[in-house]
Amino acid sequence: MLTIKNLHVKLEDEDKQILRGIDLTVPAGEVHAVMGPNGSGKSTLSYVLAGRGGYEVTQGEAHLGDVDLLDIEPEERAAAGLFLAFQYPVEIPGVGNMTFLRTAVNAQRKARGEEELSAGEFLKVIRAKAKDLKIDAEMLKRPVNVGFSGGEKKRNEILQMAMLEPKMCILDETDSGLDVDAMKLVSEGVNALRDPNRGFLVITHYQRLLDHIKPDVVHIMAGGRIIKSGGPELAMEVEVNGYVDILEGTS
Amino acid sequence: MVVDARKITTDERLAALTLPSGGGWLGAARKNALGRLQAVGLPTRRDEYWRYTNPAPFNRATPAQGAGGPGEDPFAGMDAYVITIDGDALDLPDGAPDGVEINTLSQAAEADIHWARDLYATLEAAGSRPVSRPFAMLNSAFATGGLAIRVTGPVARPIHIRTIGGTDPILHHLIKVDADASVTVLESGTAGARSNIVTEVDVADTAAFHHIRMQGPDATQQIDTHLFARLGRSATFKSFTLSANVQLTRNEAILEIVGDDASAHVGGAAFGRGDFHHDDTVFVTHGALNGESRQVFKKVLRDGATGVFQGKILVREGAQKTDGYQISQALLLDDDAQFLAKPELEIYADDVACSHGSTTGAIDETALFYLRSRGVPRRVATDLLVLSFMAEAVEEIADEDLRAHIGAVLADWLSRH
Repeated sequence: MLTIKNLHVKLEDEDKQILRGIDLTVPAGEVHAVMGPNGSGKSTLSYVLAGRGGYEVTQGEAHLGDVDLLDIEPEERAAAGLFLAFQYPVEIPGVGNMTFLRTAVNAQRKARGEEELSAGEFLKVIRAKAKDLKIDAEMLKRPVNVGFSGGEKKRNEILQMAMLEPKMCILDETDSGLDVDAMKLVSEGVNALRDPNRGFLVITHYQRLLDHIKPDVVHIMAGGRIIKSGGPELAMEVEVNGYVDILEGTS
Repeated sequence: MVVDARKITTDERLAALTLPSGGGWLGAARKNALGRLQAVGLPTRRDEYWRYTNPAPFNRATPAQGAGGPGEDPFAGMDAYVITIDGDALDLPDGAPDGVEINTLSQAAEADIHWARDLYATLEAAGSRPVSRPFAMLNSAFATGGLAIRVTGPVARPIHIRTIGGTDPILHHLIKVDADASVTVLESGTAGARSNIVTEVDVADTAAFHHIRMQGPDATQQIDTHLFARLGRSATFKSFTLSANVQLTRNEAILEIVGDDASAHVGGAAFGRGDFHHDDTVFVTHGALNGESRQVFKKVLRDGATGVFQGKILVREGAQKTDGYQISQALLLDDDAQFLAKPELEIYADDVACSHGSTTGAIDETALFYLRSRGVPRRVATDLLVLSFMAEAVEEIADEDLRAHIGAVLADWLSRH
């Protein structure tokens, strides 16, 4: 599904290398977690895959299926099936959540040559999915993320994911700023989307999210590289001992 | 030499105009306005008030371009009483809503309607101090048509003044809203290649006046408007203007609060590209206790377009507990566009809250990426962020249905221009 080979990335405006050769493959149906200390390049990896500006790929490649991600615009990556749940979802005053979502869903359908959803069809689908995430009608009407609590913003990200039905979901520190109940709700939303045809890359600082979203593989990132990969037990090791032992063990 | 240039310009412009016939109060008011205009002369670029907008296109004896088509009706499908002004033809259709009496300006003069006599050029003349407004004086002298609207009760349906056709119309509207009465006036239309429209609004104690004006989307028009209003005790005045792609616009709003507890809001959203030049010039005077005023202006500019905002709040001595707010913001979609803002506060009372702010910025790249990462193409994402930027101004429209309608028109115009 997602194949990253020898990915090197630096900041566009300064001579600062962030990623130094990432190799990572997420097959369909699997959940991979990426953990690592601050500044290890986790979020950069997610941004580069989604196509955010400000970075320069100096070497390597990234494919979603047979689509060369690094060659196309962010909206084309989305239409190809990539989704990034933001660590800090952006507030957009004056644009209704529903309008935003319908614009996004139909833009993707159009890009894929599918028929656009009518207002009625869209409403039916979004109501059902919003209900599962305990998102009420009022939240759908409000401007995108404006006045939302931290938990509401993250639930809104998962709602977008559910509506857009991507092939590959990247969750960037989705657990940050969530209390236990909100984390549970968000995790349930994610787990409901687990599917043999869908892959997940869950970026997180802490092991606790992985109690709810059980990963198949855990990767530890440091200094712009993946320094260790293993099963869920690797996350437990981080929880107990921190990153220091692993970092020392590999250096 | 400057004075000579002004005199030559004024003489040339006046030579091309004829004082409309007819005596009575209108004839007297025209002569008075002409005298005032001749005393100050038409503006030049050297005038402080015209530093950012070149008055030359308005000074020309004839407009530079021919008339455009009638254009689309942005209020189509809305339940409103529509008065169409097509060039010199002004017919008042049957079915005016209850609570309002409408005459043409010439009818009001012929019938010697006293309230119209008392209002005509009165707010214009008062509003020309301390800053002279020569094009409004020119309008009062040479107006070729207009409406006299007296609102005597709450009017349920909006009155839509649709101005189309003509080449160089000069229109002068009078609106008097009596105590406890309320009305919504809509304005639209391409109104010829160049137009000069003055509206004087007298909002009595406890009366409410709502105004929504749509300008464009026509890239060839040149528009000069003045909106004068006087607010009595507990009166409400709300005006919102959407301008799209009009080549040259100067919208002046001169509002004076004379009664206690009154509220005056004026706002606008404008977008355009290329040789688009859009100027909002506002003067709000607080002359009574506990007044509240808001000026909210947003402009989206690209490809060399220019936006101008000159906004002033004057708080007179004794106008305590005044709450004045002013914000002007521009979103520049490329490096060529420019926004010139001159916010001013002049306060002679010591217990007031007045604030003003002005910003110029580019599109928020993080927000743009957020939208694009959801599959929204760059162009559509940019439009959504433009709508987001303009939302605060559109929010100034009080009526929920009208606000939604204008929001939809704005989105539609944006997607096509």
